Amino acid sequence: MSRRVRIAVLVPALAGLGALFAWAVAGLPAFGDYRGPYGYVLNRIVVPLRHTTNVVMGTTFDVRGVDTMGEEFILYAAVVGVTLLLRDEVSTRRVERHTRRLRSDATRLVGVLMVGGGLLVGLWLAAFGYVTPGGGFQGGVVLAGALLLLYVVGSHRDYRVFRDEHFLDPLEGLGAGGYVMVGLAALASGTPFLTNLFGLGTTGTLASGGSIAVLNWASALAVTVAMLLLFAEFLKTYETPLEQDDPGS
Amino acid sequence: MSYLPYAVAAWICVVGLFGVATSRNLIHLAICLTVTQSSSYVLLLSVGYVKHGGAPIFKGTKPGSTAVDPVVQALTLTDVVVSVAVVALILALALDAHRLAGTIDPDGLADVQG
Repeated sequence: MSRRVRIAVLVPALAGLGALFAWAVAGLPAFGDYRGPYGYVLNRIVVPLRHTTNVVMGTTFDVRGVDTMGEEFILYAAVVGVTLLLRDEVSTRRVERHTRRLRSDATRLVGVLMVGGGLLVGLWLAAFGYVTPGGGFQGGVVLAGALLLLYVVGSHRDYRVFRDEHFLDPLEGLGAGGYVMVGLAALASGTPFLTNLFGLGTTGTLASGGSIAVLNWASALAVTVAMLLLFAEFLKTYETPLEQDDPGS
Repeated sequence: MSYLPYAVAAWICVVGLFGVATSRNLIHLAICLTVTQSSSYVLLLSVGYVKHGGAPIFKGTKPGSTAVDPVVQALTLTDVVVSVAVVALILALALDAHRLAGTIDPDGLADVQG
């Protein structure tokens, strides 16, 4: 199909889709006219029942904790998929491409400061996820981003440990498996899967939420390491086989 | 005005799909797909908005004060994670396509024989 024909078919189709979309949302209550009931119910019960002041995370890791476990394994499946797609069938000996270091000292200084700042923000987002805005997923992504910045401003040598599968794989297993273990611990104690086990603690402090805190950290670990594994797989494609290597590098 | 966020969601969705269908580069296509998916974030969050409601985070506010729906926010979180997973897979496929066919133009790939 030529490009012109494709656009000629596409534009009416998209116009039709837009019209259907408009028709669908015309039946929704107006913006801001929320009728509930789930949002109202959760906003009323999560704080007294779970002691987590961030109701979104209370919902994510408790009310719909099983869904979040599935969500974690979606990410896990993506990492496995990318690894399988990018894996070379013939294992050629590979060598790092000669990476240019950043020339400007000022850029590197700002970058290094951002690594530290990013790690702090990531840890804060993850740690206080169930108290203030944040959470394990969000904190995990920021942590992984801060570590990747180390690759950008430093060298592949500084970053080596964060792309080492022997180091990352067990951590990913601990994160994803830890979530399931918390669920199974509830089963073992004779309650339904993922029942909130540990003491609920004091509302509005780090020691609150019971299982939510543990699940939050398991997710933070799983997300950080999943991102690092994805980066590692993509970075591998920048390596060139030894025999095709330029003589200079 | 009260339907404006829904209209924005529809617009983002249609624009993203247009980009996907007319893309000449698989990486551009992956970005267009995330644009399309962003429309679902806008839609979810606007469905859960309560007039004059705050964030559903009750640190420093009275429990029981008006807040927006936390369920759709949790769903949006799932949505973002799915989006990341899909983009990672598309980028990996684009790399594979480039290795096998030497191009990442979807039209160029149509001529490649298995």
